[in-house]
Amino acid sequence: MNNYNKLLCDISKPGRTGYRLPPDELENIAVEDGIPAGMLRKDEPALPEVNEVDVIRHFLNLSQKNFAIDKGFYPLGSCTMKYNPKINEDMAALPGFANLHPYQPEHTAQGALELLFELEEMLVEITGMERVTLQPAAGAHGEMTGLMIMKAYHESRDDHKRTKIIVPDSAHGTNPASAQVVGFDVVEIKSNKDGDVDLESLKAALSDEVAGLMLTNPSTLGLYEQNIVEVAKLVHEAGGLLYYDGANANAILGISRPGDMGFDVVHLNLHKTMTTPHGGGGPGSGPVGVKKHLVPFLPKPMIDKKEDNTYYLNYDLPQSIGRIRAFYGNFGINVRAYTYMKTMGAEGLKKVSQMAVLNANYLMHHLKNFYRLPIDRVCKHEFVLAGLGKSELHVSTMDVAKRLLDYGFHPPTVYFPLIVPEALMIEPTETESLETLDSFIEAMAAIAKEAEENPEMLKSAPHVTPVGRLDEVKAARNPVLKCASMGGEN
Amino acid sequence: MREMKDLLFTNEHEWVDVQGEEAYVGLTEFASKALGDIVFVELPEVDDEFSMGDSFGVVESVKAAADMYMPIDGVVTELNTELEDEPAQINQAPLEGWFLKFKVTNKEQLGELMTPADYERFCEEEA
Repeated sequence: MNNYNKLLCDISKPGRTGYRLPPDELENIAVEDGIPAGMLRKDEPALPEVNEVDVIRHFLNLSQKNFAIDKGFYPLGSCTMKYNPKINEDMAALPGFANLHPYQPEHTAQGALELLFELEEMLVEITGMERVTLQPAAGAHGEMTGLMIMKAYHESRDDHKRTKIIVPDSAHGTNPASAQVVGFDVVEIKSNKDGDVDLESLKAALSDEVAGLMLTNPSTLGLYEQNIVEVAKLVHEAGGLLYYDGANANAILGISRPGDMGFDVVHLNLHKTMTTPHGGGGPGSGPVGVKKHLVPFLPKPMIDKKEDNTYYLNYDLPQSIGRIRAFYGNFGINVRAYTYMKTMGAEGLKKVSQMAVLNANYLMHHLKNFYRLPIDRVCKHEFVLAGLGKSELHVSTMDVAKRLLDYGFHPPTVYFPLIVPEALMIEPTETESLETLDSFIEAMAAIAKEAEENPEMLKSAPHVTPVGRLDEVKAARNPVLKCASMGGEN
Repeated sequence: MREMKDLLFTNEHEWVDVQGEEAYVGLTEFASKALGDIVFVELPEVDDEFSMGDSFGVVESVKAAADMYMPIDGVVTELNTELEDEPAQINQAPLEGWFLKFKVTNKEQLGELMTPADYERFCEEEA
């Protein structure tokens, strides 16, 4: 099993099963009676036929080829791949939480409602907002919710001209996409040479047709927006609202609050900042906070407290944008975030951001000796290098990233943000030790040396991973989506 | 064969080939190299009407996705649907891989586009 490399359909044998069904109680009923002929399938579905132990071994073997934060350093910029403390899992698995049913009566779920109520209070304090909804299931879902709230606000004032959302060119791709989904037109504005919003471009873009501006602070370059107060003033003077994308909140906990910066709406990614599982494992959680003037439009239900100190789901919110998710958000994930925040405490969370910023600056300070640093100023929780900066070597950022796999590290984010050529976006997070950071610096330095001495070896990297360099172009142009041995084709 | 010297350019790295009342638009070599191997192209419909600067389509490479912008006002008259099946043509011969042909509705706007010499300087600044 050392080199296990099969697809599930490769181990399929006709007739092999992992289950036995009870007798068919409906065998006298003809399927054809209930389903139109044109919708009936004529052949059996081509599903793999396998027994239980082979399925378990198949997926376990594949999973062991995976890279995960529990296996090694994972400095994937913009993503905040921080270690997820295992106490989070213990708390989420408590029977009182894990076995709750969303339909059970409120008075039997007071503990769960109290937890959500307190989680909201903590997020309110961290963001400087008035109230927070815990319903959105991820960051982009939070963006959509926030934008719907902004739209509802303008419409409630009979201000129907505001059809545009301004997004800086350094924004996360989800920002313009979310604005589009909610029906806004997107106006992109440039960054200046320091990586901040260009105030002249902003002024030119503002008008009575602008519903708001979406901004990440620190920005996608890992830099604190130096003009944020001026930006907020300009947008508000033009009648627009400010949306804070919380993707980079790991840099500001307990130090600076979006509400104080002038933002009206905020989302946080609990799967980044508050150590809930991230990536393919998910699910995520993207709570949205708003200032007082936007509270009436929050999704319903909100969790409120009665005079007798019991909690209830408040549906009596006539101006609400309505439900944006079934039930009350990803509850188990919110339990994990609550656990993390209570474990850390207010001082602990502040320390998280201080260490995240210190670790990023430590790496930046050392790596700029080997790689090009386009904007050399104190960074926040992440920074962006412009590759090796030696185009004559013909070694690309992709080659560097692939070679890092051979050194046992997950590569940083590459080719994003788009405004930096050959971008390598590095975010170490707060939990990494000095020894881990130093070994990463050593690997990056070694790769820079290899680029000079043996560029061909970098171009064919990785060499020690389960599979070598994948042909991403071929995969995108000619994807094979079905298993050939099961009768599939391209 | 199309040659750089006969074309006009936008600061979104598109070339424009004016043929009488109509014009072809495509992506420059500079942009196709910056994007890397292009794997997907999305085109508009014939008769779609666009203003200068409107996004009319999308190109995607393994590295990034980018909008294609209308260089000047116009109405689409023909599409190069071959690109949808073989987006690699853009990398192989950027000047041959035109995206669409359109009827020029405001000839005066041509004056706002870059000449080959201007565009060369523009690329040097961006590089």
